[in-house]
Amino acid sequence: MTAGNAPPDRMAPGNAPPDRVASGNAPPDRVAPSKLAPGSATPGKLKIYLGYAAGVGKTYQMLEDAQELRRQGRDIVIGYFEPHGRADTIAKTEGMEFVPRRKVEYRGALFEEMDTDAILARHPEICVVDEFPHTNVPGSARTKRWEDVTALLDAGIGVLTTMNIQHLESLNDQVWQISGVRVRETIPDWVVKQADQVVMVDVTPGALVNRLLRGVVYSAEKSKKALENFFQESTLGALRELAMRQTAHESESHHVEAPADVPHRPEPASPRDGESPEPQPVASPTGRFERILILVTADPSSAMVIRRAKRVADYLHADCIAVAIQRPTGGNKVLVEEREAIERHLNFARNLHIDARLLDAESAGDDPAKALVEFARVNGVTQLFLARPRGAGLGAILRPNVEQRIVWLSRDMQVTIVADRTRAA
Amino acid sequence: MTPATRRRTPEELLLQVQAEEAQDTRGRLKVFLGYASGVGKSFRMLDEGRRRAERGQDVVVGAIQLPPTPDVESLLRRLQIIPLRDVDGVSVVDVPAILKRHPRVCLVDGLAWDNPPGSVNRSRWQDVRQLLDAGIAVVASINIQYITELQGRVEKITGKHVTQTVPQSFLYGADEIVVVDAPPEMCFGHSGQGVAGDQGRLAHQLSALREIALLFAADVVDHQLESYLKQNGIAASFGTQERILVCITPRTSARAMIESGRRNAQRFHGELIAAHVRQGQLSEESRAALERNLEMARQAGAHVEILEGDDPIEAILEFAHERGVTQVFVGHGLESKWWHRWTGGPVGRLIRGAQGIDVRVFPQ
Repeated sequence: MTAGNAPPDRMAPGNAPPDRVASGNAPPDRVAPSKLAPGSATPGKLKIYLGYAAGVGKTYQMLEDAQELRRQGRDIVIGYFEPHGRADTIAKTEGMEFVPRRKVEYRGALFEEMDTDAILARHPEICVVDEFPHTNVPGSARTKRWEDVTALLDAGIGVLTTMNIQHLESLNDQVWQISGVRVRETIPDWVVKQADQVVMVDVTPGALVNRLLRGVVYSAEKSKKALENFFQESTLGALRELAMRQTAHESESHHVEAPADVPHRPEPASPRDGESPEPQPVASPTGRFERILILVTADPSSAMVIRRAKRVADYLHADCIAVAIQRPTGGNKVLVEEREAIERHLNFARNLHIDARLLDAESAGDDPAKALVEFARVNGVTQLFLARPRGAGLGAILRPNVEQRIVWLSRDMQVTIVADRTRAA
Repeated sequence: MTPATRRRTPEELLLQVQAEEAQDTRGRLKVFLGYASGVGKSFRMLDEGRRRAERGQDVVVGAIQLPPTPDVESLLRRLQIIPLRDVDGVSVVDVPAILKRHPRVCLVDGLAWDNPPGSVNRSRWQDVRQLLDAGIAVVASINIQYITELQGRVEKITGKHVTQTVPQSFLYGADEIVVVDAPPEMCFGHSGQGVAGDQGRLAHQLSALREIALLFAADVVDHQLESYLKQNGIAASFGTQERILVCITPRTSARAMIESGRRNAQRFHGELIAAHVRQGQLSEESRAALERNLEMARQAGAHVEILEGDDPIEAILEFAHERGVTQVFVGHGLESKWWHRWTGGPVGRLIRGAQGIDVRVFPQ
């Protein structure tokens, strides 16, 4: 997979394969680098202004805080600001120092990106970075703006940034279901979790629609289109509710520790590079910890299962691992393609900080369902997550699919069949 | 689920007519909700008043908390004020004066204040209701610690007991609710090198209060969304709130399912529902087992529903879709007939029919 070979594309309707993830080969266990880095500067603090649609006032509130910090005599600069032609917001940048953007040429067009190197060289105490979920123009040092922000934090620079709830990876399917929009620029949940603060910027949908009608948010033509689609009252209400619940969840993590009744969690058997994983027996699979195992296949629905399972795991403070079963390809073209799709899905899982692995041919044998259930049992898995079986009718009756076999075989485990959160036009 | 416009039932049409009529004559209520004093509720309320006045609306201030902060004071100077009356040493909103003046919008702070004995309305929030009934729009602000139903939880956190409160139902009836969400601590504060002792405890408290406020607002929004969808005849479930449905039979070993349901509902701040589909006559023993299971569900805080239907799977699915359930918990049936390996049996049917809903199958 080549990361970021698509032009920056904010939102697009329809189904998005998860091949748009950042730096596809991030190691699975990459934890907040800003929390490690011994000897380096104290990591900068991250504050996120969370909204539920364009025009709620995220940037405005961020800049208001930035001005306050400047008044207090703090060394603060604007690293990236997207004016969107909104006079009120632009006025809020008055007197602020800007770090000039970097100009990038791509396919004959000129793009402007945040100049991360220049900010690092300038090394302010705090930097304002608008539009956290932005994807950089291909050829940039980093694929995603959130990776640029991580670089700033690692250097000890504090960051103020903005995003909407619909850009949170684990909500991607639900947002699609609510709005009919497949958001392409997403941020893994663990990145948001690193924030020291998440503040919700709230206005009522009514006020937002008013702003839109007055032409504060978009041009007249764009407003009309927006009101017919994304800015329907029910859509806005649902997204707003999601944002409130998410902010509450982030707030909770600041005053509630993981449940104390969770005993020591046995480590899942970990594979060495290039070798097949050796399932190891676990000391006590009866303890009250939860471990979720995701079945990854070549089917595009795998992305949905991964997102949902990870969300459930995060809320339950559970471990999460993803496993795909590799069939010998034997050079068969269809199987090779299948194998590539599986790799893509496993990388997608790794980007969400899920321990993802491939079970090899021998251990899978010719009964992948059995191999998976055995792996789960040996590794102390308490819950399996799979996609809904496809197809029905005579074919399905004559030839039971893998999912049904798994449900049948894993009668001693909880099995969750993840809904297909689709939406008809 | 797919939003689909369907024929509305007479009840739904009536609801819509009533809602529209109420909107025509009744003033609209907008509430700014804060989780602590000092987050800026009053400021937001007055700022909204200022903006409306600038747009040409007739705005007056009916009540404001004293003493005002400097930024609140500067806003106050730009608005017309109908002063509070002093009755037996208690500050009271001058409802008759406001009704006579009949502005388009009235700003009211401190919704939970009680009026002195002998007043027309016992509390200030009832004064507000009177203004709304008279067709005056009200913009108000309230701190969650003054909401009756949240009182207990807030008191546990702050240790402070308040006696004057506003019932939750009044706020659920608001046309709009806005969270004023200032963060519990200034993340980039000068002294911010780790908070310790009292300060740390305070930060914890504020963060817990903030969570309650956000979830309360989310519940109100959910409620509004539901009535909006109902009024407009849209059959949709957005799954914004997790709703977990545990299927109970006499035979299920319900304990694990209910316990897990409880934990999930709690972690997601969702709703827990337990349902049983009544079918034919049960033996004495089965009935006792069923009652034990249902009681266990009630103890876990589940809302228990008994459903009717010849086909239990159909009944569960219909109920789940209607209630916007996001996860169904079901026991691995005890059926082990060989053909179930191929058709999946009842559980398989449930999975196939559960459009848009996760199905979690539990071992038995």
